[in-house]
Amino acid sequence: MSELIFEKHSRNDASWLPSLEMPEAALLGQIPQTHRRKMAPAIPSLSELDVVRHFTNLSKKNFSVDSHFYPLGSCTMKYNPKSLDAIAGLAGFSQIHPYQDEADAQGALRVLFEMQAFLSEITGMAEFTLQPAAGAHGELCGLLIVGAYHRSKKEKKTKVLIPDSAHGTNPATAALCGYEVVQVRTSAKGHVDVADLKAKLGDDVACFMMTNPNTLGLFEEDILEIARAVHAVDGLVYYDGANMNALLGICRPGDMGFDIVHLNLHKTFAVPHGSGGPGSGPVGVRKELIGFLPSPRILKKDGGFFFEKNAPQSIGKLRSFYGNFGAIIRSYAYIRALGREGLEAVSENAILNANYLKTRLKEIFDVPYDGFCMHEFVLSARRQKMKGVKALDIAKRLLDYGVHAPTVYFPLIVEEAMMIEPTETESKETLDEFVRVLFQIQKEIDEEPQKVLDAPSTTPVSRIDEVRAAREPNLRFRR
Amino acid sequence: MQYISNTEQDKKEMLGAIGAGSFEALIAKVPRALRNFKLGLPAGLSELELMRELEGLSRQNKHSNDYASYLGGGNYDHFIPAVVNALAHRGEFITSYTPYQGEASQGTLQSIYEYQSLICELTAMDVSNASMYDGASSLAEAALLALRATGRRRILVPATTHPEYRQVMRTYLSCLDAEIIELPFSNGATDPGVLKKFLNADTAAVVAQSPNFFGVLEDMRSISDLCHNAGALFIASVNPISLGILEPPGEYGADIAVGEGQPLGNPLSFGGPHFGFFTVKEALLRKIPGRIAGLTVDRTGRRAFVLTLQAREQHIRREKATSNICTNHSLCALKGAIYLTLLGREGLKKLALLNFQNAHRARERLLKIKGVRVFSDGPFFNEFALHIKKNPAAFRADLLREKILGPLTLSEFYPDLPDGFLFAVTENRTRWDEDRLTRAVGETAGPAAKKEPRVRAHF
Repeated sequence: MSELIFEKHSRNDASWLPSLEMPEAALLGQIPQTHRRKMAPAIPSLSELDVVRHFTNLSKKNFSVDSHFYPLGSCTMKYNPKSLDAIAGLAGFSQIHPYQDEADAQGALRVLFEMQAFLSEITGMAEFTLQPAAGAHGELCGLLIVGAYHRSKKEKKTKVLIPDSAHGTNPATAALCGYEVVQVRTSAKGHVDVADLKAKLGDDVACFMMTNPNTLGLFEEDILEIARAVHAVDGLVYYDGANMNALLGICRPGDMGFDIVHLNLHKTFAVPHGSGGPGSGPVGVRKELIGFLPSPRILKKDGGFFFEKNAPQSIGKLRSFYGNFGAIIRSYAYIRALGREGLEAVSENAILNANYLKTRLKEIFDVPYDGFCMHEFVLSARRQKMKGVKALDIAKRLLDYGVHAPTVYFPLIVEEAMMIEPTETESKETLDEFVRVLFQIQKEIDEEPQKVLDAPSTTPVSRIDEVRAAREPNLRFRR
Repeated sequence: MQYISNTEQDKKEMLGAIGAGSFEALIAKVPRALRNFKLGLPAGLSELELMRELEGLSRQNKHSNDYASYLGGGNYDHFIPAVVNALAHRGEFITSYTPYQGEASQGTLQSIYEYQSLICELTAMDVSNASMYDGASSLAEAALLALRATGRRRILVPATTHPEYRQVMRTYLSCLDAEIIELPFSNGATDPGVLKKFLNADTAAVVAQSPNFFGVLEDMRSISDLCHNAGALFIASVNPISLGILEPPGEYGADIAVGEGQPLGNPLSFGGPHFGFFTVKEALLRKIPGRIAGLTVDRTGRRAFVLTLQAREQHIRREKATSNICTNHSLCALKGAIYLTLLGREGLKKLALLNFQNAHRARERLLKIKGVRVFSDGPFFNEFALHIKKNPAAFRADLLREKILGPLTLSEFYPDLPDGFLFAVTENRTRWDEDRLTRAVGETAGPAAKKEPRVRAHF
């Protein structure tokens, strides 16, 4: 059933590799004894067919966008066009080495250069780096730039302000960069509490990190005032681009006053999530901060593209080479395919779909923050909890109906939170079916709650014992 | 080209249900001052036009299907059997999210568990996480772990370690009260005697990469022993394929072993995405960064897999997390797991020996050419440096004429090492490639040709 590869055995002579030209022993004899491996690793032996069957069967135990509606809030699980995979796989993109001479990789450099320009245009920033490998990596890049900026001005700043509704990566990154984290409250309307923010602002504040729309799916309408207040103490305003799918062609972080922006190409720009990466987390800055960007930058001169390594103020390198090129090329092609009108249609439909679902689901769920939402919204299952069924149970029951669960228990400020993001690529028909399923589950909660509490029952396993997993860690196969 | 599923009629009905007169009503809270722009982007393309355009761009790059590549330095041109992409690119793997909903992600979770098991076997270490971004960031995270675990502040790094890895480590540690000391080398490797002089009671970790950037095998056992005598942690960075024949980090006492996973079934892709593997000894289990899958049971007692030990991670611990990492490189790690499984125990050894054989044969032939000199006589795996006195730009032109990419010019990374070239030779290189390589080297060896040197960025 869930047999491990280590528990299978068949003939594997690795005949997809050519034969050695010398006897094995003669080659091994050339390796100094002190460097030689004494015991072979216990890697399984399986025929090609058995390998194919094993991983094919594993894949079937996954929910995925290709097979299921996946309204996972904050994750933007949109359809990932197949053409992008084909493009990333072209030999001229997938078989090129990072240390090729610039002249031998002009197509790749052009893609990177134009991508920097596209993202600058979309966000209203002056310049982008494509080096960060993921959103959290982009945050690290951004906060290192914050530090470098204040050091260049001989200012000593020790605090980073973060809304209480923020993603966990925000405080984790601030701590990694040596800052003290101070939380800013969310107001009763679900926005950054500007009074609380102002009370906490001082000369020691380096940065305010926020998303807009925020993690409740609401547009921060006081953003201009917020940016002014932070700038008044020479703090920088950092934009976590997790929710950028709501803003394409509608408004731009750069115009709102953000100084540093990271984007998640694996959310807004259609890079598939790959069961947890690879993504890509480009970072954009306003003009005064360009010098701090990671090295190298990709520039254009006399019609050719080249790496600019001379960057005395740069924060340095964040990873080897130039970023997740295989992800960036997908997003580049996505932007080229959609163009301006296509990108505008993305946010329009994402917002429309979210508001439609919110309207339909209001009938059975509490809505802690009412009004129109942007691309996602947060419901509370506290009414259901009073009947003994929690958000987690509803999430698991959805799996039985062939729908991936929404994000639950996030943001932390909402009791029994269910965060739903349908994305622009879903049809009204799919949304209606989702509504029908949730109404059905509500009926079950009213009439036969045990069914929901026992869920899921149709997945390859039922509810998993996470406590045992943590108490008696079994993290690898041992014979 | 758009990927919208709603019809105009759908949109009308939805607006009606919402009770909004128009789409604009939904975004009325966005200040007017922010709405005054039009995106300046090129018009959209049909898929047909898109493919034509991007294929055109891709043809402006020289690639290793057309050219024999001797480029290495962290990424290597290995053969990837068709099975790897056929499986890893299945929609169920490529379009699913991080497996937070365990019951709906058993495929991903089991494959991560198998990946962790395979990497532990390969490295002879106790625990592996689900992967990191790349070899460089893995090494930086290892240094962070060592600083945290020991409460000390000095990290010793041989200058033979990949220059970009050292740069990344400096970036990651730039905000902390830590000191990075780079150790000099001789004969292409670190002298344990020199290391000894820099070890003190404030040393959190010693890093060593083997094979190192020059392809030379370091004396990992001696470095490990010296490091432990000083009470510091030993961090090894290794090439996974070399472990088919070379002693694994777990056996020479590494506390943390990391490395670049690209050689395991991931295409070059201009340097990414690939994956970094990250392993530790049992004692450091709860300090490890990133995601980990564990084996447990479901309610009915059936075997089940789940993300575990999450109390270390940012979404739970926030500012007290062991790392800020969230997204890892799961799909790349999956390719690594499939590739290793396809190799099997015997195949791994065979692959490592093929690399060893081809690299040693190529070096021997090159050294017979006049003007080619030894860089290091230390033991090596599939990469080696040579002194060849000539102009890099002219050399490159001669190599391109023979349909060859590379080798790497060492002076780009080590300005005080003129005439050094680094050759990586994998199972993909044939005797025919070698004939052309030796021809190109033979033709240009000797005094530098009179050509304008081309400037190529290095960092």
